[in-house]
Amino acid sequence: MLDTIFFYLFALLTLLGAVLTITRRSAVHSAISLIVSLVGVAGLFLLQRAEFLFAVQIVLYIGGIMLLFLFVIMLVNLDRAERERQFSKAWWLALACVVGVGAEIAYFLTKGPAAFQFPPGAASPGVASAAAGGNVERLADALFSEYLLPFEMASLLLLVAVVGSVILAKKRI
Amino acid sequence: MEILQHPLFLPVVLTLAIVGIFPLVSGYIVLVERKVLADIQVRLGPMRVGPQGLLQPLADALKLLIKEDLIPAAADKTIFWIAPCISTFTALTAFSVLPFSPILRVVDVNVGLLIVSAMSAVGILGIILGGWSSNSHYPLLGALRGAAQLVSYEVALALALLSGVMMAGTLSMVGIVKAQLERGVWFAFDNFGLMLVPFMVYLISAIAETNRAPFDLPEAESELVAGFHTEYSGFRFALYFLAEYTNIFVVASVAVTLFWGGWLRPFPNVAWLDWPLSAGVPFLVLAGSGFASIFLLKRQPSAAQRYILLVVILGLIFLGSLFLIPVVTRAASAPFWFFFKVGVFIYGMIWFRGTFPRFRYDQLMSIGWKYMIPIGMGAILVNAVVGMLKGH
Amino acid sequence: MSQYYTATDHFVLVPAIMLALFGCAILLFDFWVFPEPKQRKWLLAFLALGEAFAGYGLWQQHTYIAGQGIAELTAFQGSLVVDGFSLFFNWMFIAAASIVALMSYRYLEVEGEHHGEYYSLILLAQCGMYFLASGADLITLFVGLELMALCFYIMVGFLRSDKRSNEAAMKYLLLGGFSSGFLAYGFSLLYGLSGSTKLSEIGVAIARRDPADPVLLLAMVTTTVGLLFKISAVPFHMWAPDAYEGAPTTVTAYLSVGSKAASIAFLLRIFLGPLASARAAWEPLLVFAAIASLTVGNLAAISQHNIKRLLAYSSISHAGYMLLGLVAGNETGIKGVAVYVLVYTFTNLGVFLVIVALRREGLVGDNIDDLAGLMHKSPGYALLMLICLLSLAGIPPTAGFIGKYYIFLSLIQAGRYVLAAAAALYVAVAIYYYFRIVRSMFMSDAEDAGAMETTFGVRVAAALTGLGTLGIGIFPEPFLRFAGQSLIR
Repeated sequence: MLDTIFFYLFALLTLLGAVLTITRRSAVHSAISLIVSLVGVAGLFLLQRAEFLFAVQIVLYIGGIMLLFLFVIMLVNLDRAERERQFSKAWWLALACVVGVGAEIAYFLTKGPAAFQFPPGAASPGVASAAAGGNVERLADALFSEYLLPFEMASLLLLVAVVGSVILAKKRI
Repeated sequence: MEILQHPLFLPVVLTLAIVGIFPLVSGYIVLVERKVLADIQVRLGPMRVGPQGLLQPLADALKLLIKEDLIPAAADKTIFWIAPCISTFTALTAFSVLPFSPILRVVDVNVGLLIVSAMSAVGILGIILGGWSSNSHYPLLGALRGAAQLVSYEVALALALLSGVMMAGTLSMVGIVKAQLERGVWFAFDNFGLMLVPFMVYLISAIAETNRAPFDLPEAESELVAGFHTEYSGFRFALYFLAEYTNIFVVASVAVTLFWGGWLRPFPNVAWLDWPLSAGVPFLVLAGSGFASIFLLKRQPSAAQRYILLVVILGLIFLGSLFLIPVVTRAASAPFWFFFKVGVFIYGMIWFRGTFPRFRYDQLMSIGWKYMIPIGMGAILVNAVVGMLKGH
Repeated sequence: MSQYYTATDHFVLVPAIMLALFGCAILLFDFWVFPEPKQRKWLLAFLALGEAFAGYGLWQQHTYIAGQGIAELTAFQGSLVVDGFSLFFNWMFIAAASIVALMSYRYLEVEGEHHGEYYSLILLAQCGMYFLASGADLITLFVGLELMALCFYIMVGFLRSDKRSNEAAMKYLLLGGFSSGFLAYGFSLLYGLSGSTKLSEIGVAIARRDPADPVLLLAMVTTTVGLLFKISAVPFHMWAPDAYEGAPTTVTAYLSVGSKAASIAFLLRIFLGPLASARAAWEPLLVFAAIASLTVGNLAAISQHNIKRLLAYSSISHAGYMLLGLVAGNETGIKGVAVYVLVYTFTNLGVFLVIVALRREGLVGDNIDDLAGLMHKSPGYALLMLICLLSLAGIPPTAGFIGKYYIFLSLIQAGRYVLAAAAALYVAVAIYYYFRIVRSMFMSDAEDAGAMETTFGVRVAAALTGLGTLGIGIFPEPFLRFAGQSLIR
């Protein structure tokens, strides 16, 4: 019961934030709305007993990415942008996407868990089992055993990203 | 009695206690800070309100509450209103995972440390939004500086925390302290003293995270008036103030939990030290400070002040003597050690403020990126290797 | 060595480790040991050393597989696999990266953006390609793809003071990110369908499903869209002309052969692996993309004046040919794609090499008129260009003919006569625009008499590409046998 209430609360937060993100005129307000939306997503993670994702979502997305968004927005003069038309002409494309995704979700809802095949480990579809240690421990186990290679590759990826941003942004290298 | 058994009883009571008492505590941290700074600068500090200025925080709080609440005409009102709330909310939320003793805690989750760093990360939003929404130059500059500084030092902070987490093998705050109990040594002195390196990285980054001298550029009063909260007054300003001191308490608590053994007494596994450290030291500290204050009695200017001071002295002595009762010792020595260590840490931070001059902005950035982060990474590597060789 | 990093894992990973190690070493050495501009040739030597070590690792894998007589060697619980396919592509990547590095040195000097990071990025991009060719796990493949793509985003924008380069990098980054999103979405659905990220297990799960399952179709369509973006097939080709034109020419060369070959390898892994059983569903998509690529690529190329843009459109049309080999789907077809990619690598590198060699102070060399009178100025390069263009058009005795021959053969074997006829028709169109370049080189007079300045590295690269293009054309047998080993099944 409590879970259901919280689910709708967080879902509402996510959707409301998302809608406000694209409808607010002020870029700062948009960014704050996006933060609200991300908080909602973090809450949904928590409801799925994915505490690690919850915390990381907040630390990285809100504490890192959105903060830098705000930082950049504040450095830029947005007065002109605020007066201009806010909707691009490709709204029909967006509408098509919405219809497509809506149809997809409707299909999943009617089909239920049968639409997917779940790994044998999952106790019941949708909810990760609380057994076998916490979410953090299991994630760490997966990252350092089954997904060791991609995990290490990601470090190369990040190195390239760092080097690249320095190359492209620094005046004299 | 049934209500005492309810699983939510202790968390709710503690939450209420923290939210209710902490503003007062932070007020007294401010008083301590002013007194210590005054001592360092060979002044007396606040002396007028109460004996030796003991009631100054109450007067300050009253003043802040009844002051006129100004909102600049050009401010973005909603955000201006929300920003200090974010700061206070996140700072107080971080309390929920701090264990004051094995049982005295709101909640123990297996991502406790992450929650603390998440809350400190979100807390930056309060600063940057507050600075921006004021629609004024100094606050904006302060906010930008603050955001850049906090984002930079957050990385070093996380790296320093990682070393500790690696030693503990868990992110749960209670689990971290228990791991130190198992190893019989505080993490700061583990690995042949190598863990002192991440501890120092943590200490420096934590001071930068709390915007304190020598890293107080976001509110550098000689350049930016008061930085991001220049336009804030009255109760909103009080909220920022509360958030700031709460954050100080939180980073001190995290340092204590992760590196100084949390609620554990020194040498937690040496049995014969149990009584002297669990009962003797609390008695000496509390009652001793009470006795030491007796000579202040005759310096008080009025009878009322002398009377208040006497109550305080007797209270301290009474509290200290309580520790000599075995039941109380068992229950209260853990929180005592926790708060004592936090106090030492906060004292250190105040000491820094009184000692070091403020850094230049480029120095601040270069310390963060060129020293703290590489050292933090190196510390993880070295401690991982040494810890593995030690056979952990 | 633990349970999760066994000796086999290490053996399979060695080439990638070498590439990454030397990539990082170049970054450090550029900073600490060889900071002077004149010392950059040592970085080039480092790159060569890295390629040599990677090649040695690859050679060991090659001999081990051949010696044991096994089809494949899997590692990391099946997320990495060494088989004929991966070896074939990885040898090609080594060749491509080495040739690109050889021709880059002087070019970057002229452009005034000579930085050690460039060589590092070449190696790291190749490391990404290694994972694309050998990956057998969705996450490994995806991270490998991103690693490669990220290196290319940066290299495309490497001429930092050039607006075109910046614009190209921006467009490439945005569209690349967009397409990665599609791919990731498709992958997430594939994971949902099978409960595993391993290609083999996904294949088993999909074979059990109804091919008309809407979720499967959705997963397939989004994956296909993402993959088509990466090989710049129509209708997802918009980024290619701009990125090719704006990027430094050497990077364009690397992009057109390395990135494309790796993406083709990726595409083959996905379509011939887990999605093989859903062939009926994806074949029409690929037929459409192939024909559209041929049409748009060839027709748009006719009106181009910028040779890099022209080559971008030609590259789009070549993607169409490669897709046709996959559409035919028989053994000849897959072998044809492999040969085609190999041929295309050498040939396209040759063409770009001539453009790179043309570049000097005051001459960009990417206009068709800039090639005017090349025959009189520098007959060697004109000849190389001629050979390579003939090969791109698919005229014997050059290598391009072999590639096209196998594609057409496979289509005819599969009974797809209409497709074969259409593809052959577009060869005629292609000859037209390739010969515009030839005419400019041989028939017109030189507009300026400035001689070409070349270096040893460029000459070696020219020799390699020329030999490759002619050699495969005249002695195709060993290459065909090699490509034949690369079949996945």
